[in-house]
Amino acid sequence: MYTIHGKTGDWELVIGLEVHCQILSKSKVFSGASAEFGAEQNTHVSFIDAGFPGMLPKVNEKCIEQCVKTGFGLNAKINKYSRFDRKNYFYADLPQGYQISQLYHPIVGEGYIEVTTDEGTRRIGVERLHLEQDAGKSIHDMVPGKSLIDLNRCGVGLMEIVSKPDMHSPAEAGEYLRQLRAIVRALGTCDGNMDEGSMRCDVNVSVRKVGETTLRPRTEVKNVNSVRFVMQAVEFEANRQIDIYENGGTCQQETRLFDSVNVETRPMRSKENANDYRYFPDPDLLPVILTDEYIENIRQNLPELPEAKKKRYVEELGLTPYDASILTADHETSDYFETAIRGQDAKKVANWVMGDLFAYLNKSAKTISESPIKAEDLGALVGLIQDGTISGKIAKEVFEIMAETGKAPAVIVEEKGLKQVSDTGAIEALIADILSANMDKVAEIKAGKDKLKGWLVGQIMKASQGKVNPALANQLLNKKLEEV
Amino acid sequence: MTELVNLHISEALDLLNKKEISSVELTKAHLSEMEKARFLNAYITETPERALADAEASDKRRANGDSLGALDGIPIANKDLYCTAGIRTTAASKMLSHFVPPYESTVTQKLKDAGTVMLGKVNTDQFAMGGSTMTSYFGVTKNPWTDEKGEYSLVPGGSSGGSAAAVSAGLCMGATGSDTGGSIRQPASFCGITGIKPTYGRCSRYGIVAFASSLDQAGPMARSVKDCALMLREMAGADGHDSTVAELPVPDFTAALTGDIRGKKIGIPKEYRPDGLNAEVARVWDKGIQLLQDAGAEIVDISLPHTKYALPVYYIVACAEASSNLSRYDGVRYTERVSGHTLDEMYENTRTDGFGPEVIRRILLGTFVLSAGFYDAYYTRAQRVRRLIYEDFKKAFETVDAIVVPAAPTPALSYEAMKNMSPVDTYLGDVFTTPSSLAGVPSLSLPVGLSNTGLPIGLQIIGKHFDENTVFQVGDVLEKAAGFNLMPHRVKG
Amino acid sequence: MSFNEQTIKTIANLARLKFPKEDEAKFMADIDSILNWVEQLKGVDVTGIEPLVSVSPRENAIRSDVVTEGNIQSELMANAPESVQGFYEVPRMVE
Ligand SMILES: [Mg+2]
Ligand SMILES: [Zn+2]
Repeated sequence: MYTIHGKTGDWELVIGLEVHCQILSKSKVFSGASAEFGAEQNTHVSFIDAGFPGMLPKVNEKCIEQCVKTGFGLNAKINKYSRFDRKNYFYADLPQGYQISQLYHPIVGEGYIEVTTDEGTRRIGVERLHLEQDAGKSIHDMVPGKSLIDLNRCGVGLMEIVSKPDMHSPAEAGEYLRQLRAIVRALGTCDGNMDEGSMRCDVNVSVRKVGETTLRPRTEVKNVNSVRFVMQAVEFEANRQIDIYENGGTCQQETRLFDSVNVETRPMRSKENANDYRYFPDPDLLPVILTDEYIENIRQNLPELPEAKKKRYVEELGLTPYDASILTADHETSDYFETAIRGQDAKKVANWVMGDLFAYLNKSAKTISESPIKAEDLGALVGLIQDGTISGKIAKEVFEIMAETGKAPAVIVEEKGLKQVSDTGAIEALIADILSANMDKVAEIKAGKDKLKGWLVGQIMKASQGKVNPALANQLLNKKLEEV
Repeated sequence: MTELVNLHISEALDLLNKKEISSVELTKAHLSEMEKARFLNAYITETPERALADAEASDKRRANGDSLGALDGIPIANKDLYCTAGIRTTAASKMLSHFVPPYESTVTQKLKDAGTVMLGKVNTDQFAMGGSTMTSYFGVTKNPWTDEKGEYSLVPGGSSGGSAAAVSAGLCMGATGSDTGGSIRQPASFCGITGIKPTYGRCSRYGIVAFASSLDQAGPMARSVKDCALMLREMAGADGHDSTVAELPVPDFTAALTGDIRGKKIGIPKEYRPDGLNAEVARVWDKGIQLLQDAGAEIVDISLPHTKYALPVYYIVACAEASSNLSRYDGVRYTERVSGHTLDEMYENTRTDGFGPEVIRRILLGTFVLSAGFYDAYYTRAQRVRRLIYEDFKKAFETVDAIVVPAAPTPALSYEAMKNMSPVDTYLGDVFTTPSSLAGVPSLSLPVGLSNTGLPIGLQIIGKHFDENTVFQVGDVLEKAAGFNLMPHRVKG
Repeated sequence: MSFNEQTIKTIANLARLKFPKEDEAKFMADIDSILNWVEQLKGVDVTGIEPLVSVSPRENAIRSDVVTEGNIQSELMANAPESVQGFYEVPRMVE
């Protein structure tokens, strides 16, 4: 188990995540305004979104469906009865003076996400998923002394997914978020773009001495918007709290902000902590009642989820659980992988994807969908190694050229004449030359120094510029040595 | 042309269709009556140009033989709680004193589509909160009925007091009202006119400035049961904008006015006759019961045991919802703004300045009953008792077709009397109307008699959910039997 | 229940209202008397009674996912007490 060593002993971490996912839908959750990102300020806004007098909300059926789908992705209980509540507070980007949310009867109940880290695979509990509306945006630096409000985002549907305090290390928290993102992306319920704010994470952290069974006060770190930041925030917050305890202090439940520049958290100055939201059922909206038929219909039309895919990769393709979880982390990667393995050895392809391809993408700051090497071509490259057309070493060279030119591997091999030499006569001649130039080594081998054989093979490969099939070279070398 | 302003809608439609009068004539008669009666302060905003244009268009439709709306050419007024596109809508508040909505409420749009002519926007208690129209930022409205000395010293009731006064004084033929806890029925009783709060979910709330969303209902106010039936048919019906509106067909309510209620079972709940019930009110109630019995109805004694809890339940639920509904008035996107150094200061300055004392009182009460530590004791408990009240009615309607009770505990009160009342005492004015609001059942208020000082006293006919037909049917019989066809100036004259 | 000075301050702050001392005292007394009157509800036996949230006969009022409104920036700004370049303007918010 992950622990932090302190002056006074070992500490364990208790982490829970609240993730807001913007729902992929054409229109907003309670109005007919566009939910599209990136429009000019206050254009994707209706009188409903702007909280005008007499305006009433009306639920978007797509948002309901997206929540149910996501519920399945979280292995969660779909609640046939749900309804909306108002969360009352004043803020300039909240035009109605309340956020429509679901406190008492959320649409999705308990579930879990399977998370694999170095320490193995664990189920992290999900407490609930509820449907609510997003707020608008405030801009503080454009006009001195003023804040400017853009309501475009206001009223876009959100799924708030609340985990149980089940995570115990930064890696686990990071992986939970990564998995959650993979799930919503696979389902098409949220685009998961954390840098555009369509997925936002609040992190709850507390620490306790190993062996303690009760929880100490937690802090909620707001808006931690990348997997890396989540891990950093957890680590910082845990150490900060441990420091306080070890110096004889106490921690209070509070809300803090993550500062990604200085990699630290700091307390929020607002009255956030003193708020009393006065939740009550929204009388403008009716209960949402889902029939078994409706729920079943959604279930049957679900795409394959990352978890099922992972299982399939392990069981059917023989990958390790770790490799499988990496290749299923997002559907772009798994789509690429599955295209590449068509007719090829999946394990070998997996090594190429996670090895050379990931290294290349990383180095050139590209995503897998921007890869110049097409999935089919990477598969074909593995095929060329398998059927002996090129050696593994030549393949690395071909890979480099593929990345530069985007050409198919067969074309490159042809153009550059990289085909492996399998002509026995030519190889035999080459071996004969090498042996006669190294008779001293041959004598030593004869005297039992078998290791030198490898050196001879190396000489053969070098002389052929790697084009000789190494297995064949080995076999012919043995034959020749016997003849000598 | 005083004759024209005394007509019922049904009579005027007849004359219009026979081309004996024109909508322009009818409209002008009302506009000039409005001018004469400005001292009543029934209107917040008069729209004479729009009215004349509407009337001309209507006359043209009739002349050309174009298809006509069911109320084509009828001049009406709208409570200033209904958003009207391009026409100031104030909710009788300072907060919205300059608000011009860019959209039209569903109900007023439907009335427009029915061919009505809009004369203007009438006064109300601020944000519909009150039972006297005294909380209006635009000044009190006077009841057209005078006191014993012949003075205009009486309140028209509220919150639809402007509507009731205007209908009563002949300043429009019918008006929209809205009813959250009695705001159509009580002013109708005070002003001697007829009004119905339909079943919750019969009319769309879209575009009506919200007070308490689970209770607010639009309804018509006019000078006869038939006129209300005619208007409600045009106002009601499903609306894509309001989730709470029933997707039920709207019947032709006038078809229910058969004049025959023989064998109908009319329930008389004992809880509406507490010790100390106003003797005048009791007398008119008894008279109404007798008239219905004479018409062949079967009178049944019933019990609605949780009646006395309706009023406190109502004030908790309505204020809780109001505190949230009125949060949007924050000075950011519309409304008047009173500036401040910080956002919160701006909010406080704007809201404290823009709301009157009664609105503030209700926001404070509503905020409190929803606040941490008090929510269950007040709000949840009130909602549980609300269910008991709802069940009372459900049970009663297993044995009776309609229930008849007084509309208000007294005839119209004077400003003097009301001014000195504590908030709780003023709330007691809603004692007979809030139970049916909480249950969501339809309830019609119509004048049945006069007090010994010559003031109208109304009775309520309460029906089952979505059974406005029976309510109108019984009301129509009672109206004819009571023969109440008085207008205030006739009384005075 | 006593609705005291501290309560009215807290409640007024939640509701973003602020009064001079004498108004505060008046409102405090009013609310206190209303709450005393409301106390009578404590006498009702509500065991096992579900709260009644809505008397609307409907459930599942949903709309399809179609863009039907928006693009009214100029109308929105025309109503706004203060705006700049299509944004609502408010006093600067801290943080
Ligand atoms: Mg949260
Ligand atoms: Zn949330």
